[in-house]
Amino acid sequence: MSDASLSALAAQLVAKQVSSRELAQQYLDRITALNPSLNAFITVDADKTLTEAAAADALIAAGKAGPLTGVPIAHKDIFCTDGWLTTCGSKMLHNFIAPYDAHVIQRFKAAGMPSLGKTNMDEFAMGSSNETSYFGAVKNPWNTAYVPGGSSGGAAACVAARMAPAATGTDTGGSIRQPAALCGITGLKPTYGLVSRFGMIAFASSLDQAGPMAPSAEDCALLLNVMTGFDPNDSTSLEREKEDYTRDLGKPLTGLRVGLPREFFAEGLNNEVAASVEAAVAELKKLGATTVEISLANSKLAIPVYYVLAPAEASSNLSRFDGVRYGYRAPDYANLDDMYCKTRAQGFGAEVKRRIMIGAYVLSHGYYDAYYLQAQKIRRLIANDFTEAFKTCDVILGPTAPGTAFKLGEKSEDPVEMYLNDLYTIPANLAGLPGMSLPCGFDRQGLPIGLQLVGNYFSEAKMLNVAHQYQRATDWHARAPEGLK
Amino acid sequence: MKWETVIGLEVHTQLATQSKIFSGSSTAFGASPNTQASAVDIALPGVLPVLNKGAVECAIKFALAIGATLNRINVFDRKNYFYPDLPKGYQISQLAKPIVEGGVLTFLVPSTGSGQPEERVINLTRAHMEEDAGKSLHEDFQGVTGIDLNRAGTPLLEIVSEPEMRSSAEAVAYARALHTLVTWIGICDGNMQEGSFRVDANVSVRPVGQAEFGTRREIKNLNSFRFLQQAIDYEVRWQIETLEDGGRIEQATVLFDPDTGETRMMRSKEDAHDYRYFPDPDLLPVKLDEDWIESVRAALPELPAAMQLRFQNDFGVSAYDAGLLTGSRALAEYFEAAARACGQGKLVANWVMGELSATLNKAELDIMQSPVSSRQLGALVARIQDGTLSGKLAKQVFEGLWEGAGEVDAIIEARGLKQMSDSGELEKIIDDVLAANQKSVEEFRSGKEKAFNALIGQVMKASKGKANPAQVNDLLKAKLQ
Amino acid sequence: MSLSPDDVKRIARLARIEIDDSQALASQSQLNTIFDLIATMQAVDTQGIAPMAHAQEVYQRLRADSVTETDHHAAFQAIAPAVENGLYLVPKVIE
Ligand SMILES: [Mg+2]
Ligand SMILES: [Zn+2]
Repeated sequence: MSDASLSALAAQLVAKQVSSRELAQQYLDRITALNPSLNAFITVDADKTLTEAAAADALIAAGKAGPLTGVPIAHKDIFCTDGWLTTCGSKMLHNFIAPYDAHVIQRFKAAGMPSLGKTNMDEFAMGSSNETSYFGAVKNPWNTAYVPGGSSGGAAACVAARMAPAATGTDTGGSIRQPAALCGITGLKPTYGLVSRFGMIAFASSLDQAGPMAPSAEDCALLLNVMTGFDPNDSTSLEREKEDYTRDLGKPLTGLRVGLPREFFAEGLNNEVAASVEAAVAELKKLGATTVEISLANSKLAIPVYYVLAPAEASSNLSRFDGVRYGYRAPDYANLDDMYCKTRAQGFGAEVKRRIMIGAYVLSHGYYDAYYLQAQKIRRLIANDFTEAFKTCDVILGPTAPGTAFKLGEKSEDPVEMYLNDLYTIPANLAGLPGMSLPCGFDRQGLPIGLQLVGNYFSEAKMLNVAHQYQRATDWHARAPEGLK
Repeated sequence: MKWETVIGLEVHTQLATQSKIFSGSSTAFGASPNTQASAVDIALPGVLPVLNKGAVECAIKFALAIGATLNRINVFDRKNYFYPDLPKGYQISQLAKPIVEGGVLTFLVPSTGSGQPEERVINLTRAHMEEDAGKSLHEDFQGVTGIDLNRAGTPLLEIVSEPEMRSSAEAVAYARALHTLVTWIGICDGNMQEGSFRVDANVSVRPVGQAEFGTRREIKNLNSFRFLQQAIDYEVRWQIETLEDGGRIEQATVLFDPDTGETRMMRSKEDAHDYRYFPDPDLLPVKLDEDWIESVRAALPELPAAMQLRFQNDFGVSAYDAGLLTGSRALAEYFEAAARACGQGKLVANWVMGELSATLNKAELDIMQSPVSSRQLGALVARIQDGTLSGKLAKQVFEGLWEGAGEVDAIIEARGLKQMSDSGELEKIIDDVLAANQKSVEEFRSGKEKAFNALIGQVMKASKGKANPAQVNDLLKAKLQ
Repeated sequence: MSLSPDDVKRIARLARIEIDDSQALASQSQLNTIFDLIATMQAVDTQGIAPMAHAQEVYQRLRADSVTETDHHAAFQAIAPAVENGLYLVPKVIE
């Protein structure tokens, strides 16, 4: 098992201390050993992985290696990957071999990073525990009786268990940050529009954003360099100058103004989480930061707003799954309409159907203004709160989730209880702001605690700087679960 | 009771772009099934739309051509419904903020009797961009339908009129004028057989004098002007009969069956539609900048209405003829070139609408395929004007042109079609005719005017049509004095 | 506000999801707890606030009108549930 950082792995590859094939094989072996207990991967295809690794080795041998060439990575099964089963965690796509590559996949391929496989996830990214996957729940590597968080639960678990040095995730309401927190790794959701959504199976288009998941902020910065960039195939992709997200990692934090939203430290927050986050604030002060109390007064409305907007978009985005052109089709039906209804009733799981129905309802005749439009207006109020806050601070800090990992099955019967997990992460999605989670401690049961940073638009380099300086001063991110066979 | 018909039209025009509205697939008609259906068109998971600039430009042209308001910011919405030819389960369209609002279309409605055609001005409600659906093919399969998505994603401009038409004739005239306009400005190929121009008619009736509208029924997808007329006429009769029999009209979507000439209900009522429109989050608001609009305006051709006025002023043709001559841009350009070539607008107009149109019709050719060029027709008319050709001889020259026998003067020369201009020769023919037709001469002298015409006919015949009729007339009159 | 079992059936119908009476009943109570949560939004005064549909105030980029796609129907149809002669097959559509 390797705890080496991505830059260290890349250095070993370039120095020919290890080949990409050997490295990939080590991780594949660990996946073989651990996946039966963790269920972090839906698809592993060693032949494909090793073929890609051999190509990377050829690039390295030819002196054409980029910064991460030969370093393997795991991809969330939400990204269409040419020739790979791409299920989005759903029975609906249990047989869908994608005929094209998502933009994100293209970028990692172009960077020479072999794919270790496709990671498990909540069905269509709808969930906060990874229990809604058609392919079964993912287990938290720190304690397999607990959930890893979701929806990028397989990605978080495989990185935490060192089955992959890094993984891609997607975040619509916290799906990178919350599982990163629950699994004790670092994960970043970029500013909306920085990473192309082309080929990423849509949940809620105006909120979805892909990002990196890895042990450290430095790793995330390197991955972000690969992932971001303009894509003409995504109308919401932003045309901006290419940035080097590692450029500010080493800057001291002197003079940094950290905003502490009082609403994020209020009722509902677990005491141990609060204590760890407060300790992290103290650590940042030692590093030269100052704090300022801020208010995100409308953030308490983020969950209701999100559970109108995200299902509305999802209900429409998921209409294409009709059994006509790809994916699941019900075996028996009386006519066309019956084929639709049975295919969708059988192909979608309970949570997905629930959200499709919420979405259909809030958009339906007579309810649109009261729900959808009202939610869009409050979305602006929530975004405006951030704009105000960033007049007095450089970065906002708080807990990522209200608690640590919960037991499998504990919340799966109570959707509202489950939804409250994303209390602190959803506002950044609604505003389109970048957010990240990094490990800041453990609770009494030894489960990781995450802290969240939310930055202003395009301030990823600043956030990564803060996170990296914190990680230089602490070792929470370097800890890995023990006792895994 | 006297009834009034109320008609509003919604016309779907396929925009004449190379590629689809949200993907780089070809829009060419007639390809093998699904060979022009890209990942975006078949709605694979994860694909996203990117808007075609050419489609937006078409909409701008249209707005400028009808004097409409161009919404500088317009928005695409999703119209959600399930149908196998709609791969995403929603159609990307524009509801709340369409690109075009308002505007007018002015046209002549041919009178039914012998009266003058009447000008009508119809207000347009709006025009919006949207994507076409695929095609469902029922014929070749037992119990199943085949889906071809080649058409899915073809750009459409849906043009909606106010319910201001009051007869099927008016509706047809409006549709024809709109067809002329969209092909004129080059935003639509106008091919109705291929579905490039499809009309939905909203039809209702109300007692004359009643202010509020009756309940309307929408006749979907009429792809010929004749069907439009037949469908409205049937629908109006049906609605009036239903009401007079004490029935009620229920709002419905109906289809016209050309075989029976009847309309029938299309979708069952229990499936009341709730399209759950909302702004498409995959597409951003479309912004039209002024420079772009102005450059499109500058490149716009002269429009039919302006050209009609000019034809009346420059060439002295009637308003009605000017309307016919501007039936298509190609026809108008042909006419103008020929008229300028000989300076004889009225005569050219007669030839274009007479001999040329008839011959093209018979050969099933359109004006652009005419074997007789505008330059040649101008030269022909010039030879009529200068007395070289009689109308009859001109027709023979026209035939020569049609067959590709060469230029006007060469045909005249080769076929000896020059009008007789030597009066000595003509006088000799007249003397011979008079000598051989003493009976007619006597009849004329005793007051029978008809006999004079018979003599002219004989002279023309004897000259093999080459005599100048006016000259024959004069000489004959002089001789009979 | 609360949804009736008929509301649940209506939206399931809109969404083309088959649902029987007992499922509708079960969904109804769960959906209602969610709509209770959503209802907290209704008290907010949003007069004069412009709806926010996108995270960034940017406008649609336009693609040049040119054909960039080629035929991939064989690959696309290799993963289709039912095809014949290049067409996707569905149960008979009745207009
Ligand atoms: Mg066409
Ligand atoms: Zn339409």
